[in-house]
Formats: sequence, C-alpha cells, structure tokens
Amino acid sequence: MALSAPGAIQDMLDQIGASSVRDLFAQIPQDHFRKEPLNLPPQLASEMALKRDLLTKLKKNRTCEDNLNFLGAGVWQHHVPAVVDEIVGRTEFATNVWGSYQSDHGRNQAWFEFSSQLGALLNLDVVQLPVYSWGCAIGHAIRMAQRLTGRSKVLVPQYSDPERLSVIRTYCQPSEMENHIQVVLVAADPATGRLDMDDLRAKLGPDVAAVYFENPAYLGTIEETPADIAAAARAAGAETIVGVDPLSLGVLAAPGDYGADIVTGPVQPLGVHMNCGGGVGGFIASRDEERYVREYNGFLVSIAPTRRDGEFGFGLAAAHQNSYGSREHGKDWTGNSTYLWAIAGAVYMGLMGPDGFREIGQSILSRGRYAQSLLDQIPGVRVLWRDTTFKEFVVNFDDAGKTVAEINDALRPRGIFGGKDISDELAQGQCALYCVTEVHSAADLRHLAQNLTEVCK
Amino acid sequence: MTQPREIQAARWNEPVIHQLGRAGARGQRFPTPEAELPAVTLPGSIARADRPDLPELTEFEVQRHFLHLSQMTLGMMGVSLFGTCTMKYNSKTAEYAAQRPELAEIHPYQHPDTLQGVLEILHDFDLILRSLSGMDQFVFQAGGGADAAYTMTAVARAYWADRGELATRTEMVTSIQAHPCNPATAAAAGFKVVNLPLEENGYPSLDALKAAVSDRTALIMINNPDDMGIYNPEIKEWVRVAKEAGALIFYDHANFNGVMGKLSARELGFDACMFMLHKTFGAPKAGGGPAVGAYGCTEELAPYMPAPLIVKTENGYRLDEDRPKSCGKIREFWGNVPQVVKAYAWARSMGAEGIDLASDISVVANNYMDHRLAQIDGLARSNPDITAPRMEMTRWSLAPLFEETGVGTMDFANRMADFGIDPWWMSHEPWIVPEPFTPEAGELWSKADIDLWIDVVAKIAQEARENPERVKTAPHNQPVAQVKGDVFEDASTWAMTWRAYQRKHAASA
Repeated sequence: MALSAPGAIQDMLDQIGASSVRDLFAQIPQDHFRKEPLNLPPQLASEMALKRDLLTKLKKNRTCEDNLNFLGAGVWQHHVPAVVDEIVGRTEFATNVWGSYQSDHGRNQAWFEFSSQLGALLNLDVVQLPVYSWGCAIGHAIRMAQRLTGRSKVLVPQYSDPERLSVIRTYCQPSEMENHIQVVLVAADPATGRLDMDDLRAKLGPDVAAVYFENPAYLGTIEETPADIAAAARAAGAETIVGVDPLSLGVLAAPGDYGADIVTGPVQPLGVHMNCGGGVGGFIASRDEERYVREYNGFLVSIAPTRRDGEFGFGLAAAHQNSYGSREHGKDWTGNSTYLWAIAGAVYMGLMGPDGFREIGQSILSRGRYAQSLLDQIPGVRVLWRDTTFKEFVVNFDDAGKTVAEINDALRPRGIFGGKDISDELAQGQCALYCVTEVHSAADLRHLAQNLTEVCK
Repeated sequence: MTQPREIQAARWNEPVIHQLGRAGARGQRFPTPEAELPAVTLPGSIARADRPDLPELTEFEVQRHFLHLSQMTLGMMGVSLFGTCTMKYNSKTAEYAAQRPELAEIHPYQHPDTLQGVLEILHDFDLILRSLSGMDQFVFQAGGGADAAYTMTAVARAYWADRGELATRTEMVTSIQAHPCNPATAAAAGFKVVNLPLEENGYPSLDALKAAVSDRTALIMINNPDDMGIYNPEIKEWVRVAKEAGALIFYDHANFNGVMGKLSARELGFDACMFMLHKTFGAPKAGGGPAVGAYGCTEELAPYMPAPLIVKTENGYRLDEDRPKSCGKIREFWGNVPQVVKAYAWARSMGAEGIDLASDISVVANNYMDHRLAQIDGLARSNPDITAPRMEMTRWSLAPLFEETGVGTMDFANRMADFGIDPWWMSHEPWIVPEPFTPEAGELWSKADIDLWIDVVAKIAQEARENPERVKTAPHNQPVAQVKGDVFEDASTWAMTWRAYQRKHAASA
C-alpha cells in the first residue's frame, strides 16, 4: 500500500486538520466498533512466504494434467490455446472495472467480437455478454419466456443435469410466490435418451411459456429432429429455448436454423480452464427482434458510430432495461458477472475459425465413438445409446458386479478419473457419465479400456 | 496544484476481427486423427450444412489483434478512483497460483481426496471471513455481489417456507440508496419491494422504517456506509426493529473497505452478510467478473444455504451435499474458485493488522480527497449539512458548475481519460444527487496519484468555464472519438453482432 509509507498518513491528516485517524471515523458510534478482536492467521508479508503457502496447499491437489480425466457434466476438459491465457491475463483486461466507451474501446470491441463470433456459430444476431453460468442463463431465458408469453410453465427434459436443474428451480420457484414458474419434466425415450415426443405433445398447452431442451443434452445425446420440437412448441404458442455446446457447432446444425427462439449455452468450452468449476459462464442469444431484445437482463454490446466520420466504437444497447437502470422494475437482475470469459471466448473463436470448429467437432465425435466401441467390448460394461451422442455418454456397469464408486476408486490409483457417478440420478442401474474430448488420444482411450477391463474383472 | 498533461492513448484503427484474415488461415490446429478413429456422419436433420461465418487468422494475427485491443483499454495504466468498486492491487503472486494446473486443471467432481489443497484453502478462507464478520458459515457459490444478494433472497424464501410463513412474509425493505441489485434480486425472487426514501441526514428515518416493517416483512437488505460515504448511526435500532417484526436483516457489505477490521456484522445483530471478494479482497474484477459474492450467515440460517458446504473432518476436507433444507443451487458447482484463492492470498498477505490499516488509509485518503475537492469552485459535496468526515468514499455533485457552464458529469468522465485518468463513477440509479460523481481513493494509490486525479478535476473545471466545447466534445486523445449513443435504444440501428451490423448497415460496413 503506497500510503502505508512512513509519514504519508500523517501528512494527509495534517492537511485535513485532523488530529488522529480515529477522528475520521466520527460517524460510527463508539458502541458499534467490534469488541471481538480479529483472529486471522499470521500475515504472510513477503511474496516468497505467500507463494510457499499457496503452493504447499495447492500441490495437495491431483490434476487432470497428471491424470487421465473423463469427468465432464458441466465443466469439460478442453485444450486451452496458450494465446488465450496471455490475452485474458493482460492487466488491462483482467483488472479494469469500468471506464468509458472510449477509454475502454479495446475491451468493448473484444466483447463485441465474442458476441459476433458466437452469433456466427449460432446463426443468430443477438448475443448477450455471459451471465454467471449456463444454469443461470437458462433460468433467465425461462423468465424471458414467461414475460414474453404471460404463461408460467416450462417443460424441461427428464434427463437434465441435476446441477443445472437445481439452478433452474431456484430461478423459477417456490410455488408460494406470485411469479413462480412451474417446472414440468418431459419423459425421455428409454431407447434413445432423447425427448419423448408423445409426452412432450401431451404436456404442451396454452399454459406453457417455453420448451427447453439441449443439443447435445446432459447425457451427451443428440436430438436428431430439433425442428420438430421447436415446431411443436410454436404450435402451442410457447417459446423454444435451446441449450447448445458451442464446440459442437462446427458439425451440429446451428440452433438459429431449426427454430430456436432463445439459445443458451456454456462459455467454459471456449478457451476457459476448468478451474474446479470456477470457469463457468453462460450465454443467452436470440434473433434481433425488439420483443426479444427488450427482455434481456444484462449487457448487450452494440457497434456504433463516433463523432469522427467513418469511425466506430461500442457501447451498451438497451441498457436502461436492466436492473442497474431500473432496479426492481428491470428485466430480471444482473451484476458483475463473467465478462473476462467473453474475452477468452473471443480469442478462442478467433483462433479456431470455421475449419477449427469443424475439426474439433469431428475429433470429439470420432474419439467418443471410438471410446464407446472399446468400452462396449469389455465384459460387464455396456454403453447406453451407442453412436448417438456427442462428447459425453453413459456407461452401465451392472454386469460388472461392482458399483461405479468402487470402479472409480480402483481407477484413481491408476491415474484415471472415471466418469461422473450418475447411478443415483438416472435410475438405469450403476451408471457413469464419461466425457471424451479432443484432448484424449486414441492411446489414452485404449489405456482407459485396458484399465476398466482389469478393474471390472 | 500542478498542470496535468494530456496523454495520447494508443490508437490502432483496429478492424473488427471479422474484417481480418483470409480464407485458409489457421490459428489452431489439431492432431491428425489416428487411423483407428472412425469417421462419423451425422444425420442430415442435425448436421451443419453451412460454414460458420468466422474469421480466419493465424495465431500471431489473433495475438496481435487482441494486444491492440488491450492497448486500447485504459485499464490500470492511469489512476482510477472508481467509487463503489474499490480499486485494489491484484497481486501477481495470486495470479501465478491461479494459473497453476493444480488450480486451473482440476475438476469439481474429482474425488475429494484429490482436491484436498483447494478444499483446505476454501475452508481456511471461510474462517477468515467468519472472523471478520462474526458469521457462522460462508459459501462462495454466488457469482458476484448481486448473486450474493440473490442468495440471500433464496435463503430467506427457504427459511420462511420452512416456517410456513412464506405466503405472508412477502415484502423486502431497503432504501432508495441501496445498490440496484438488492431490490432487483428481491423482486426476481418474488418479494414485493419497499424502497425507503432518504432523509436530510442521508439515511431513511426510523419512523419510515417502522412504518414499512411489519409481519409481512421477510427481510431487510441494507448497506452501511452507503455510496455517499454516510454511515447510519441508527443501524442497531434498525436491527432491533427488524427482529421485533420477526424479519431477517442482511448486511450488504459492498462498502466494507472503510470499516474492515472495525465492525462485525454479527455484533451489530445482522443475520447474514456478503462480501465482494473481487473488490474488497483484492481478486481482480476482470472488467466485470468472474467475481465472487461470499455469502455468510448465522447458524440459524445455515441449513438454508446453497450446497455444498466444505467440512473439515479428522481425515481431511469433504463436501457436504446432504442439506435437505437448502434453498437449492444459486449457480453450478462451488463458485469462482480461483478468485476465492486470490482473495485468500490477499487476506494472508495483509494479515489482521494490514486489513485494519487498509481501512484506515482508505478513510484518511478519502477525507484528504474531500478536503482538496472542496477547494475547487463549482463542486458540491452531497448532503452538505453532514460535516462529519465521510467513510471510504464520498458522493459529490457538479450541479453548480453544470448550471454555470452546461458541462455535466458525463462530459467530465469523457474528458478525464485524455489525461490518463479512468473516467469516474457517477452514481447508481436513481440519481438522487444531480450531476453526481463518486470517487473512492482506497488504499492502493499514492498521495501523488490522488493529487494528480484532483488536479485533473480542477483542470477540467477550469476548461468548463474557458472552453466548454473542449470538454463536451471529449475525449480527444483516446482510441476513438466520442461514441454516438443514439443507436443504442433504436431497434433499427443497434447491432449486437457483426451479422446484425452487416444486415442493417451494409452500405457502410
């Protein structure tokens, strides 16, 4: 602290004309000052001591760099290009809070480029800066649909990520409140893991604000006829909200092309490290129709002319409708969010280009299918919904006679983090959700299969 | 007073990334697929048919483009006394730790045995916040300060629902001066919002509070000191009134910087509080997050907190997910973990004495700044009748100068950047002070920095009288000239993506 230098405080006190620091706290009544002394661990004043403390603790962690990791389910291990780390680590981006449209021109342009490139992947014209997480993005999108339709029921897939679903319920419930939204689960087709269209149609009605589905879905399954889902929702006067993994969009159809009204998704796959779950963020996008734009809750960055002919700058569009401008009358609420990840995403997408997205999508698809075929050959191991998924898939271990927990415990000393144990949430026996991405070589997958064969014996 | 010098910001005339590159250029390549990998063809109903309209650049071109953009961001290169956000030093040691694979490359679903280091840090930091606040338990799931306010509303819902009173406890009481997130999150959670007006003393009267609070009140959300730098000396009485009505009372510690080490939310009687680790505790704000709203509460409210909580056992640290009364998830996983680690690093590097000293400095520096600003003609301190020293920030007004010259606070903000000074924070909505600005000196900047900042304000005040057009047309030395904002509310002209821009402005694109 610059002002902790000897004499600095006294110098300022002299100029103010105050006799002591305590005098400046005159607004606080004496009996408000804390009585209990602070009980903090000893100060680590030097950089060396602090570094030692941090590393001593952090090195107790075991990493996905040193182990072979197959965990996904909301946070996924993808390659983060080194340039992304350099740019998001730039102090101008990392520490600045807020300037003006002119003094923060570069950051604002990077934000616009995040939205622009993501819009190109989604085939949509409006992309908001990311909110806290994918689950939060879905929650805000459902409430947008409630405001748009005046209806208060949302249909979501039975096979939803419990983590995201819990966030969605927090945004929609409880039922005692006037503005609550009823969350209704749509059954899955047990043969495919996809939405049961008959159940969807049966539950669609004049009270449904939105249908939400994901592509690829939580369990990795791909809805092969998303346009039919959107058409059914539209016929019932409901909004179609889709959740997409942006890394799939080099090979999977853009949601803007199959009738999605509002699109959400995670930003972590776009160049953000897993960070123990601290890398999440969620985007919201739509067509450029005023009725949608007027329902956004956060920061929409628009390009704009400046006073200099032919020059462009950037600023916040439709800003007064968010809670900063309108407090409780705003469209939902917003605050400091995850905007640094917008810059990571802008850099990442800039590095990838159309061919990069196509290649990574194909790579993930073929590596996942290869893993499925290897695992499906292991006695006692069965892959659910083989050859119909992207990036993640469900593996059943019932015939191995061991629980997923036991299998994962056995894999761990072998340097493998097995898939997420979903036995309690899926009602399909002992099942794990495996995630395979571009980081897994064919040899890695054979290594997994070999070890699973051994531990399942 | 010195004459501040104008700077010339970097100006690259940088095209939008879509205008750069050429077909076939690549910034990222992937390994050649191994021969054994199968080719996969997706059904036509879901396969992408078009080629996404993305730019194609080499890695170096991408790096250079974004370096140009970083250079056209004033960031921390000048002096930023951006009030209500508390500009901090963000230590590079903490950044170094956060970029290590032991933190960056770990997954929250790993077995806890493989996450003992990060769990230990989170647990230890929870204890630090407990000491600073007197609360019994913290959770870091909230993605920022507003999300922590939302956490409070969700906890309050669960608390009242558990008592069977949610149907009647339907109101949240706050003041018109509270951060907009407080009423906004309460409204989103389904509560009716009651905003108390301020009295001449700068805070709502006890009579107004008593009139607003009843058996319908679910919770009260309040900050103290507020963004004017005014401390409500009747806050204990507020707590008493809340408790008498059976309501919960939440301390929005947005302005903790000036009182850290001095006050305990628990000793004052609050049920819950939040800290913004991305400001008060030295984790970078990153231009708007990733942030962290650390939410803490008493034992009575702890069962309703979002899960998981971190528990220390004889055998190490575990995650407690089995919390049947929990309000549910506020956000996936356990929060912005690297930011929590950075806040832990900040607290450890400061220690108890450093934290106490930092609040001393922030209040001394603010009052030094007030002392000098008061000598500039045309500026007025908010609530001029309150002569007591303000806390770590003060809201000021340019109203006298605006009336004299027509130069307002937005014009000042734009002009400041020409001197290498980050534009100031004006005010949250609603503007109850005309032409407001809210500087906060904090403990980061030197006296020379603060003097420079004030000299720039004095210089612009002088310009407002001598050459008001110079100020109104500012900035002049920034990467771009003043942005014309009339497109931002016009659906026919706004363009949030390059696609939209091309469609709407094809002739000029």
